[in-house]
Amino acid sequence: MPDDDPPADDDPIADGERTAGDGDPAPDCEATSDDALAENVGERFARLPRTRADRTVAGRVSRADVVEYFDERFGIPPETFDSYTFWEKGAGKIWVYAGEAPSPIEVESLGMLCLRTRQEHWKPTTDFVQRFGGRATECVIDLDEDGAARFVAGDDQELDWDGDWGYLIAAHTLAGEREPLGVGLYVYGELRSLIPKGRRRHL
Amino acid sequence: MEPFERYRPIVDDFEAFLAACERPLGTAVRVNAIKATAAQAMAALEADGVAYEQADWHSRVLRLETDSPGSTWASYHGFTHGQEEVSVVPPLVLDPEPGERVWDACAAPGGKATQLAALMNDRGTVVANDNNLGRLSALRFNAERLGATSLAVTNDDARNYSLASFEFDAFDRALVDAPCSCEGTIRKNPDALDEWNLGHVRSIAGVQKGILRRAVQATRPGGTVVYSTCTFAPEENEAVVDHVLDVEDCAVVPFDLSLEHDPGLTEWNDESYDGSLSKAARIYPHQNDTGGFFVAKLEVAA
Repeated sequence: MPDDDPPADDDPIADGERTAGDGDPAPDCEATSDDALAENVGERFARLPRTRADRTVAGRVSRADVVEYFDERFGIPPETFDSYTFWEKGAGKIWVYAGEAPSPIEVESLGMLCLRTRQEHWKPTTDFVQRFGGRATECVIDLDEDGAARFVAGDDQELDWDGDWGYLIAAHTLAGEREPLGVGLYVYGELRSLIPKGRRRHL
Repeated sequence: MEPFERYRPIVDDFEAFLAACERPLGTAVRVNAIKATAAQAMAALEADGVAYEQADWHSRVLRLETDSPGSTWASYHGFTHGQEEVSVVPPLVLDPEPGERVWDACAAPGGKATQLAALMNDRGTVVANDNNLGRLSALRFNAERLGATSLAVTNDDARNYSLASFEFDAFDRALVDAPCSCEGTIRKNPDALDEWNLGHVRSIAGVQKGILRRAVQATRPGGTVVYSTCTFAPEENEAVVDHVLDVEDCAVVPFDLSLEHDPGLTEWNDESYDGSLSKAARIYPHQNDTGGFFVAKLEVAA
């Protein structure tokens, strides 16, 4: 079983600023009474505020936080997301969406779950990494054919990696192109596969 | 195959039709343009060592020589999606454009909904609805695996669907790939006829009429609605469209389809249908070595 928990020490990811949720007050009140400094409501999607200063829900991350995280951690250019909106449903589950919707909205899903921000270390999803990880320039670990097969089967493997520890994009070369496989957790000389059970394959 | 006997008068080369229905269906995949071009998908399949043939009628349909199309790198990366060859037809007929608002009324498990998103370059809004909560998880799984970010998934009865959740009050296009008696899937699912009876056909036709009617109402004037089923029964096909032509302001319009097909029926047993139903398409298994399908394209009155 892959371990979802991030490394407990030697923290390579400076994410304290992003996850602290230090309660900026809501700017003013266009907000309706039920969401002014409200709690996140679990069963509906709410669009992320543009910046922390715009937020009306205590502790909610902002779009700027999310875009900055993808840029700083993986080098995914911020403009990648210019025509997308980000949404939260459930505690800290962030979705990326290209379509139209008012906020809040109660639907079953909106675009793609892309990031979990509830943990100390933010964690992108396999589906997000496969869709957008091709633009990443940092924290991408390239696996050979055997390593890629083991990774998508859900197996952990010992590997040398001289970059940051923490969540990485695992990639391999397919038909001459670098293709992201999913998210791995690198700690103590080991790459743990975090491919969800339903996505694992024996290839 | 007993239930098929009633189609003897309308199917050319009925023996070839029956023989095709008894042959298992080959394996086909659709190339998912959100993640790959046809060339990239084919290169990945070559790397997988899986032989394929590109369908001559559509460059993004590949016929694979494997029984497990999911066990390939091409599938893992979402370059390909297992989808019956004829089931690729309805989204092509709907022909959505990037930026539009499109409703897939009966979307699970999501092959056609994700194809709609791909046809729109994943730009715009595809509202993928299904009334069956259990099947929604498959829809969501496929949407995310295939990288569709323009899909909103809803769980409602399409017959009285409300757009109240969204800020717009009409769709540009709607696809009604209706629940049906599935006769056309017999090659994939030999049990498809076990439960067949005319009562079931008639009762499901009532549901189909309700959904198609709502789709026409929910589509803007001048917008397009495509109605499709994977069955041969005229009660579920032409009769459904004929009914909706009577009660809603819309018309059957022609479309190009390079697969071999027959025109829709304008009469069946003691019934007669609007003459425009000849613009619909009936695709039989022996014509292209596929499953069976019915497709009609409607334009909502401006």
